[in-house]
Amino acid sequence: MSGTMNTDLGGDGYNFAFLDEQTKRMIRRTLLKALSIPGYQVPFGGREMPLASGWGTGGLQVTASVLGPNDRLKVIDQGADDTTNAVSIRRFFHTVANVAVTESTEQATIIQTRHRVPEAPLKEGQILVYQVPEPEPLRRLIPRESETRKMHAYAEYGTMQVTLYEDIARFGRIARTYDYPAIVNGRFLMSPSPIPKFDNPKIANNPAMQFWGAGREKRIYAVPPYTTAHSLDFDDHPFEVQSWKGCCALCGSTMSYLDEVITDDKGSRMFVCSDTDFCTTHQAKAAAQTKVVGEHS
Amino acid sequence: MTMNAFQKLAPRPPLLTVSDLTKSYGGQIGCRDVSFTIRPGEVLGIVGESGSGKSTLLACLSGQLAPDNGSITYDMHGRGPVDILTLSEPERRRLARTDWGIVHQNPRDGLRMDVSAGGNIGERPMAIGARHYGNIRAEAQDWLQKVEIDITRTDDKPRTFSGGMQQRLQIARNLVTRPRLVFMDEPTGGLDVSVQARLLDLLRGLVRELGIAAIIVTHDLAVVRLLADRLMVMQRGRVIEHGLTDQVLDDPHHPYTQLLVSSVLQV
Repeated sequence: MSGTMNTDLGGDGYNFAFLDEQTKRMIRRTLLKALSIPGYQVPFGGREMPLASGWGTGGLQVTASVLGPNDRLKVIDQGADDTTNAVSIRRFFHTVANVAVTESTEQATIIQTRHRVPEAPLKEGQILVYQVPEPEPLRRLIPRESETRKMHAYAEYGTMQVTLYEDIARFGRIARTYDYPAIVNGRFLMSPSPIPKFDNPKIANNPAMQFWGAGREKRIYAVPPYTTAHSLDFDDHPFEVQSWKGCCALCGSTMSYLDEVITDDKGSRMFVCSDTDFCTTHQAKAAAQTKVVGEHS
Repeated sequence: MTMNAFQKLAPRPPLLTVSDLTKSYGGQIGCRDVSFTIRPGEVLGIVGESGSGKSTLLACLSGQLAPDNGSITYDMHGRGPVDILTLSEPERRRLARTDWGIVHQNPRDGLRMDVSAGGNIGERPMAIGARHYGNIRAEAQDWLQKVEIDITRTDDKPRTFSGGMQQRLQIARNLVTRPRLVFMDEPTGGLDVSVQARLLDLLRGLVRELGIAAIIVTHDLAVVRLLADRLMVMQRGRVIEHGLTDQVLDDPHHPYTQLLVSSVLQV
């Protein structure tokens, strides 16, 4: 069979963006279905990827299917562009699709992410692809797939509320901090993937298109642009996001999600933005401002 | 006053009408040609030996099994009599969650063992849209008191409860949505006699106070004597005798019923 592979070779034996065209068509059909039923988990024929499942194979397949030669790709892991997983996936697409890559949220057309939504607001035309370990929000409560499917079909989401009740009974507040379930478009209960609940409000009414890909579970779901996503709560215990006392130690931002970083073995620590692009942009802006102020005085 | 008395005397429309209900497992008969009606607030006991079809009948009635033949008509809130076998699955599930209660023999089947007592009772209200934590909790505690569980145990898991407490919690969990019909499968099975007596006392009080209709399946004649208004005796999947409880127990006609009544140990 050697020498008779796909004609659309990038020179190194791969089809554009690794997946064959038939697979991409199949995944695109899945994406269209997912967009038309916001929050509904659409099964798809997941492929083996050159990456262990659990490392973003679902997101990888969605990105490969929506990627075009003129796209500019950004990959983040825990908000950072320079972590192992982000670097590997970015380099992977640079190799197999030869697309432009960037670290700037603003300039990217496709952003593949794990555990965070970028701080900078997204625009129409951008696509955000999430990597998902467990697409079923009810799985930890109901182990049976046949039962959870029925619960979705009949919108029976009272059980999920019970877990929030248990939190308040035990801790006095809703203690769940990540993978916080939300009702999409007033209908389907969705797992937003393990993003902090800080990012849940960004899913709602976002101008960008958002896809979730679960490689091991072979499910894709989506939130189309400008669609509601209501994080579950109680009337007397409304949904609220995390907040911090201080600001980012590097850029001074008070509106971003902060990571706690331990700086030595004597207990020193600092809080910095988890979104590295946001942090550097913010720092550059602050530096430019001081420069301007310095010139005027 | 007299008007009220007359209204009470006038027969109310049946809550549940079962006709010719048949269910077989291959060649094995589960239950055959079972027909009866039950009116609001009435308690019906079903007794019979093991394998006589009691549990099959109960499972068919409560929508857990699909019968082969027959009809089950239930007087739904705001809709009048409906054959529940023609209802769509979501409608049937909703009915079972709100207007019905199912008390299992083993509390583990009816409770969430890893959810606190309060959460167990709150599940049904939350399933039908309650979203105020304070109210849900107050209602749960109100029900814990009704079933004589100390409210300091509200946040404890059922697995730390005794068998009798678990059974009472299961009852509270079912009654919180004020169902009009409750199915009970051996509600006192596996409990020691003194706990049984307390549970029966409690059940009798609640059923009378709330005007709940109940179908109680048991092999314990003492349970039906205390709780049931009417009694059905089953053998090999058929109803062989039915009537008022005292009448059936004191003057049994069918040889099997006579055997059943006479085999109860007298202390």
